[in-house]
Amino acid sequence: MIKVENLTKRYAGHTAIKDLSFEVGKGEIMGFLGPNGAGKSTTMRILSSFMPPTSGRATIAGYDIFEQSLQARAHLGYMPENVPLYNDMRVTEYLDYRAALKGVPHRRISERVGDVKELCGLKDVEKKLIGALSKGYRQRVGLADALVHEPDLLILDEPTSGLDPNQIRQVRDLIRNLGKQHTILLSTHILPEVEMTCSRVIIINKGRIEACDTPENLLHEIRTAGGVVLEAKVGNENGAEELKKITGVRDVTATVDGEWQRFALRVESGADLREEVFRLAADRRWAVRELTQRRATLEDVFVEITHADDA
Amino acid sequence: MRKFFVLLTREVRSYFYSPVAYIVLVFFLFVCGVQFYTQLSFMNGQAVSYSVQEAFFNSVFFWFAFVLIFPLITMRLFAEEFKLGTIESLMTAPVRDWQVVLAKFFGALVFYVVLWIPTLLYFAIFQVITKQPAASSAGAYLGSYLMMLLLGMFYVSIGCLASVLTKNQIVAAIISFCVITVHFFSGLLSFIMREISSATRQLLGYFSAIEQMGTLSRGEIDTRPMVLYISMTIVMLVLTHQAFQSRKWRL
Repeated sequence: MIKVENLTKRYAGHTAIKDLSFEVGKGEIMGFLGPNGAGKSTTMRILSSFMPPTSGRATIAGYDIFEQSLQARAHLGYMPENVPLYNDMRVTEYLDYRAALKGVPHRRISERVGDVKELCGLKDVEKKLIGALSKGYRQRVGLADALVHEPDLLILDEPTSGLDPNQIRQVRDLIRNLGKQHTILLSTHILPEVEMTCSRVIIINKGRIEACDTPENLLHEIRTAGGVVLEAKVGNENGAEELKKITGVRDVTATVDGEWQRFALRVESGADLREEVFRLAADRRWAVRELTQRRATLEDVFVEITHADDA
Repeated sequence: MRKFFVLLTREVRSYFYSPVAYIVLVFFLFVCGVQFYTQLSFMNGQAVSYSVQEAFFNSVFFWFAFVLIFPLITMRLFAEEFKLGTIESLMTAPVRDWQVVLAKFFGALVFYVVLWIPTLLYFAIFQVITKQPAASSAGAYLGSYLMMLLLGMFYVSIGCLASVLTKNQIVAAIISFCVITVHFFSGLLSFIMREISSATRQLLGYFSAIEQMGTLSRGEIDTRPMVLYISMTIVMLVLTHQAFQSRKWRL
C-alpha cells in the first residue's frame, strides 16, 4: 500500500530523514515510533504530498506521490499533528465541506458524513462550532475528516496526543476496528498502545530506520529482555551477592523495605530464572513474599534502540 | 471544476462567519452614505455640471475609504491558513494549487461585489424621491460599476499576493495597504507636480485610477483600463500561485 524507497529530506542546514526505505502492506497497522525530532512528521508530510522529498521515491496505492499526487491524495486519509481545523465552522458543515472537497459524490455526502459521525462519536456535538470543542472532540473530528472519503490508507500523526486515558482507550479501539478495512500508518509516543494495536513497528531515530519488525520479534531480540523481581527476608545474608551467582543473571539491585528486601534481577535474553531463584531462596530458608517475572516492554526496546546511538 | 466551487463556497461563507466582514460592511456603507449625503447637500446649494452619480464616484473622501477596505478583506486569505496550520489539511486533500488560489481570489471578489450592491439603492431612492434621474445615462452606471469591478479585481489580487507571503495577517494587511496606496496615489502625481512635460502627464494618466474613473463614470466605456487591470490581475495571480507553490521548497 505504501512503498518508500531511499527517501531523503534535507532542510536548510540539517537532514531530517536519510535514505528511508520501507513498505506497508494492505491491511497492516504500522506503528511509527521515534523520539521527538526523529523525522516522523516529516516522513508523514512527504507521504501525504504536503511537501516533496529532497530525493527518493514513494508510492501510495501504486501512485507516485510526486508525479500522480492528486490520485495518491485521493486514496489517502491524513490526520496532521495537532489537528488543524477551521474554528469558525460547525462539525457537520466542516465534514460536508471536506467530503465534497475530497470528491465524495454529492448524493452520498450526507450518508458518509452521518457514518463517520456515528463511528467517531460526534453525534452529540454535530451542531457545535469546532472552536468550542474540547481537545478530544477535535481529535475525533480530525479522524472523521480523514475517514470521510473511505480511503484505503490512513496516515495518523499522533492521533492520541493530549487525550485523557479514557479517550486514548476509545481512539485505540477505534483504530483497531478501522484496521480491519484500512491500512494504517500511525505515529505515537504511547508505547503500550503500539503493542496493543500495531501489527508491525518501525523505530526511527535521527532520520534513519533503526528497527522494523513485529512487536513480538522486537521484544525477543532485545538484550535486556526483562527480569525477575524477588521480595524476601534474607536476614543477615548478602542476598544480592548470592543471587548474582545464578547463571544468567546480569546484575541485581536491592532496595530495603523494613526487614524485607526487594531484589530486581536483570537477566539474559529469553531466560526464565524464577525456578533457580526459588531454589536458592528455599535452600537458604528465606521467607518469600513475591517472585515475579517482569516482561520487557516496547518501552525497553525503544529506549535501548534510541539510546544506543547517543552513548 | 466542482472542487473549485466547493472551495469558493467555503471562502465566501467564511467571510460571514467572522465579525470582520460585518465591520467592513458597516464601515463601507457608513462612508458611502455620508458621501452621498454631503454630495447631495452640496449640489442642493449651487448649480453644477455633473450628475449625482458622477459626484458620488469622484470624490476624495470616498476614495480614502475605498483603499482601506482591501487589506481588511484580503489579509486573512492565506495568512490565516498558514497560521492555523489548516493549509496542511487543505493541501493534502486532492486539490490543485491553482484551484485554491482562484477560489480565494474569487471568494474575496464576491465579498467585494456584495459590498457594492446596497449602493445601487441610493440612486434608486434618489430617483423615486426627486423624480429625476441620478445619472446622465444607463452607460454611466455601467461605466462606474465596471471601473469599481476592474480596480477591485486588481486590488484584491494584490491582497492575495501579500497574504500568501506571510503567516501574519497584520503584515499582509500592511503590505497590501502600502502597495495599493502607492498605486492609487501615483495617479494624483500629475495634479501635484506642475512642472512635468505633457508626455509624462499623459503616461501617468494611463495609470491613474482617478482619471479613468472620471472617464468611465461619464459613460465612456474605455477599453484601456480594462486591458490594464485584467492583465495586471492575471500577473498578480500568477505571482500568487508561484509564491504559494514555493512553500514546498521553503519548508
